[in-house]
Amino acid sequence: MMPLQLNREETVTQADDRSSFEEKVIGLLDQLFGAAMRLVKNREDAEDLVADTVTKAWTSRRSLKDPENFRPWIFRILTNTFISDCRKRAVRPRTETFAENPSDAETAFSLFEELHQPILLWRGNPEKEFLNKLLREDLENAVDALPELFRIAVVLSDLEGFSYQEMAEILKVPVGTVRSRLARGRGLLQKALWRHAKEAGLIKRSPKTNERPYEKGKDDRL
Amino acid sequence: MKKVKTIGCEEALKHLLTYLDQELGPVKRREIEHHIEICRTCFSRAEFERLLKTQLREAGRETVSAEFGKKIKTLLSRF
Repeated sequence: MMPLQLNREETVTQADDRSSFEEKVIGLLDQLFGAAMRLVKNREDAEDLVADTVTKAWTSRRSLKDPENFRPWIFRILTNTFISDCRKRAVRPRTETFAENPSDAETAFSLFEELHQPILLWRGNPEKEFLNKLLREDLENAVDALPELFRIAVVLSDLEGFSYQEMAEILKVPVGTVRSRLARGRGLLQKALWRHAKEAGLIKRSPKTNERPYEKGKDDRL
Repeated sequence: MKKVKTIGCEEALKHLLTYLDQELGPVKRREIEHHIEICRTCFSRAEFERLLKTQLREAGRETVSAEFGKKIKTLLSRF
């Protein structure tokens, strides 16, 4: 039988284990917190989510087979913790009520095409002018308004730069599902930015069409 | 090198975001690149989507507070 007492080598390995874990976590802390902010939408809850994630990651560190996969692995723990917190709070991730397949109307929405309507007045390059007017806050609000599962997809891809394959592993869904959630999330995001731009008066219509001001609901192509 | 197939705007737009995500295979990628070179509208569209993606990424950057950084270090030291 093996002795129960830890020998010196094992103790050393454990210390190495802990210091390499610590180093990796510290290196990813801002990124984890950035993703958490967009998921839970406020600093205090984001800090709690990150702290929970770090604790769970340490407890289940043996489940990480390949140390190279540390980043997607810990983001998987972060997203799972977020989803299970939503369920505990009895807030069903809103997407559960939606079909997984994106509808044409949503994925086909294109800010670019809206910006190129001939009735709009731009001095130079409409796309650049529009993007220059957008504030960080506008983008944050648009991401925050997405239903959870689409928000997670946009955060993992556009904010954190994960590949489709990594996202499929993080979310434990097929790559096709990653693509459709991302397409739908981006379509909704562009719609939200367009709506915001109209409401905030970032977009000026040509004088002729000013006679019929934008009415919410009526003139709403969204 | 094999000649690149010429594709239309509809086909290019269908794959544009996947192209910008760098997730297209080499053949499709060359088709899109070729189309963007010859089509001014799709070129502008690609630039717009690329800029929006960059802006989103910038907007997502956060820094933890010194206090929270300390809290995590304390947590880690207890493991």
